[in-house]
Amino acid sequence: MPIQGVNDFVIRFANVNGSGSASANLLFARSILRMGAPIAPRNIFPSNIQGLPTWYEVRVTAQGHLGARGGTDMMVAMNPQTFDKDVASIEPGGYLFYDSSRPIPAAKLRGDITVLGMPLTDICTREYSEPRQRQLFKNIVYVGALAALLDIEIGEVEKLIGEQFKGKDRLIAPNLRALRIGYEDAKSRFSCPLAIRVRRSDAVGDRILAEGNFAAALGAVYGGATVCAWYPITPSTSVAEAFEKNCARLRVDRATGEKRYAIVQAEDEIAAIGMVIGAGWNGARAFTATSGPGISLMQEFLGLAYFAEIPAVLFDVQRGGPSTGMPTRTQQSDILSCALASHGDTRHVLLFPDGPGEAFEFGARAFDLADQLQTPIFVMLDLDIGMNSHLCAPFRWDDSRAFDRGKVMTAAELEQGREFGRYLDVDGDGVPWRTIPGTHPTKGAYFTRGTSRDRYARYTEEGDPYVDNMERLLRKFDTARKLLPRPELRKARQPTRIGVIYFGSTAAAMDEAAELLASEGVHVDALRVRAFPFGAELGEFIGAHEQVFVVEQNRDAQMRTLLTMDLGVDPAQLVAILHFDGTPITARLIRREIAARVRGFAAPLTQEAVS
Amino acid sequence: MSYLAKPKFQHPALSVNALGFTHRDYEGAISTLCAGCGHDSISSAIIHACYELSLAPHRIAKLSGIGCSSKTPTYMLGQSHGFNSVHGRMPSVLTGANLANRDLLYLGVSGDGDTASIGLGQFAHAMRRGVDMVYIVENNGVYGLTKGQFSATSDKGSKSKKGVDNPDTPIDLVALALQLGATFVARGFSGDKTQLVPLIKAAFQHRGAAFIDVISPCVAFNNHEGSTKSFDYVREHNCALNALDFITGREPIEIDYAAGEGRTVAMHDGSSIRFHKVAEDYDWTDKSAAMAMLERHRARGEIVTGLLYLNDEAEDLHARLNTTKRPLNGLGELELCPGSKALEAINASLR
Repeated sequence: MPIQGVNDFVIRFANVNGSGSASANLLFARSILRMGAPIAPRNIFPSNIQGLPTWYEVRVTAQGHLGARGGTDMMVAMNPQTFDKDVASIEPGGYLFYDSSRPIPAAKLRGDITVLGMPLTDICTREYSEPRQRQLFKNIVYVGALAALLDIEIGEVEKLIGEQFKGKDRLIAPNLRALRIGYEDAKSRFSCPLAIRVRRSDAVGDRILAEGNFAAALGAVYGGATVCAWYPITPSTSVAEAFEKNCARLRVDRATGEKRYAIVQAEDEIAAIGMVIGAGWNGARAFTATSGPGISLMQEFLGLAYFAEIPAVLFDVQRGGPSTGMPTRTQQSDILSCALASHGDTRHVLLFPDGPGEAFEFGARAFDLADQLQTPIFVMLDLDIGMNSHLCAPFRWDDSRAFDRGKVMTAAELEQGREFGRYLDVDGDGVPWRTIPGTHPTKGAYFTRGTSRDRYARYTEEGDPYVDNMERLLRKFDTARKLLPRPELRKARQPTRIGVIYFGSTAAAMDEAAELLASEGVHVDALRVRAFPFGAELGEFIGAHEQVFVVEQNRDAQMRTLLTMDLGVDPAQLVAILHFDGTPITARLIRREIAARVRGFAAPLTQEAVS
Repeated sequence: MSYLAKPKFQHPALSVNALGFTHRDYEGAISTLCAGCGHDSISSAIIHACYELSLAPHRIAKLSGIGCSSKTPTYMLGQSHGFNSVHGRMPSVLTGANLANRDLLYLGVSGDGDTASIGLGQFAHAMRRGVDMVYIVENNGVYGLTKGQFSATSDKGSKSKKGVDNPDTPIDLVALALQLGATFVARGFSGDKTQLVPLIKAAFQHRGAAFIDVISPCVAFNNHEGSTKSFDYVREHNCALNALDFITGREPIEIDYAAGEGRTVAMHDGSSIRFHKVAEDYDWTDKSAAMAMLERHRARGEIVTGLLYLNDEAEDLHARLNTTKRPLNGLGELELCPGSKALEAINASLR
């Protein structure tokens, strides 16, 4: 029985990296979005420029479930290297679309799926003479074929092609032609549309499709970042690139061409964070974007920024670790190395956006927090949030919002004789006042150092001032608890003793898993952590539930460790649900793992349990 | 107690500079380095240069790494903000600070361990980026705070205090700076303040990466017989290529040298450098000549001092990035935040 589904299926494209498939696949995804059907696209790509396998998945989801679902209903198998595995991964009753130019033995094609062969290579060889054109237009031809098979309005695809090649108009007509070739060929070859299909809907609303890295960089623009120092590393590179792109559009003086920002590609991550710290010390809002290996390299400087109390913002787009690990796969495995970065007693502030919306919001807010707390702020993205496009509410900005520069003493205040001690806790919140270099001719200068010092920034090796300073830093950390975004509670429809703690890119899958579980009678209160250090709600939530699951995407249950460390809760109270193979966590997995552990619940594992 | 504030009183007749500051206003805390340390002479030369140039102390930012040399910013320019960062990483911190505010003057103080060993990479990249700064290496060829290990600038065959010969080839930071694109390259000797003070003054007026390697003997660990960085050795082998006077626009040029003995060169900012004691017919604008000359003297076992290379038309990092003339740290919401209207257009492009 073929799988059926209107606006509810998963299609996966198996391609060869560097073959030009990415833009064709995006065209396909966006045309569905234009028909008003929510989508969740994801890229599964290799650490390679050309030749290795790459996959692109589009989940069409009328319900608006934007997490990865797991499983493939339709495979567009364009890569001979992975063909057998790709065919094997199709759900029973699913569909295979492939290039039938070279005959494939029937034994290789399953009997329990619908097989749709189109001689794409032959068609392109017939239609085009240039080898590169044959390759590139093959992608557009299959988009045309899929439009016919899945009932996508061809007019929407044509409109998008027009928009995509605006300014390169000579490319429009040949692309439209390729699209039509595929569309007409499929119409004549197959019975269109299939039982899985797209229908015009209004479920998208005003939502946008954005990558988290783009959103975070845009947040940095809105948050007033002027200095960006970075070193290229997957999957964070597009943060710096998007910052540059947006600044070039929004922060260049039209008359003079002068830039109200400075971007330096540093020689390594150590220099990158050093520049950020130098700029932060000197009163500019500065950030770096990196990933796990970069965080490892920055450790010494992060201790300096913590101890000398210098504002800095880091966007950590997490990937699979340790070491080089899985550079193009996603994980949430830098939590402890960021929270406790550097030697000695250190604690750092972390923010956990759940997608592009919060990546923008936190991306801007991190700069206020860094100034308010005079310490590094880590915005913890991951590859899934950062490099995949996500459907989210449009970005919003309140024009009355002003930058909060924290406690900066001005020349006028110094002139009036206000007492200045760089590490003096005058307000009782652990946050001292600072001066920006160059402020006043004779007052307010101080010496910044990573060595211990007294309240007036004078070098000392005595025990009492050292302890005094370290304890004030803890008070400052408690102040952070009150300033940070609160956790969000997703309450079960009925009272329950089961709680789930989750964060970051797990959000969409967790929301869906909670619905799945509720439909089976397992009700969970779910609390989404948005920042570290934790507020009082976390402890209360754990105390109010008998069994608390902590869902995270790493092997060692790092968030669970942080919870027990920061809140002093009994580790036995927290049950780890872990996923760390580098793919985005799915609702099916969370549902299965929780169901298997809920006391007194023995629901049969449903057919999706294999995924 | 490891921080010794200097008493505030001063002689009432102390002369003042154009800003009304006395020499005392450019001093810092009392040095905790060893008595007779070459580094203290360099601090004193920096203080002297800043006083004579009438630089506003609060418009100078002094940054350093870790080591004996990196402690010295505490002992000078007490009215300036200072930053004693991490080992070998002063250049990146200074680069960031410079990006934040292009209007301050930046002094980076480092040592041979801090720059030639752990910090070689950051040194190289600050030079090639043309960061507008005065980069002074207080070069004693030895690790002082950890008591006498060779550094990367120790000459091959130089003897340690314990009597061991250094087996490795030294790094010549001046040669490196030249190759890496520094636009002001000089070498001084802590024992020759007459030569050093004008070099520092000229470096402060230079807009671009100005590098001065100052040989600064370590009295505790590297001032013995057999060391090539001892006071005696450096005095005997010092080949002073030139000595100079740095003349700002406001000062009248006093000619007290016979014709043919010196040369006065006008700089683009209205100041001028007058060279005298010229060792040979040397063209300091010719980089390849500078390289060849360094190598020639090195082969003879001589240490060349003086201004070795100057490109007066240098372009600094800000010019290369085309950043606004206003310091970035002074920009507010109006200049930086594009607002909700711009965001609507961005949202529309993402549908």
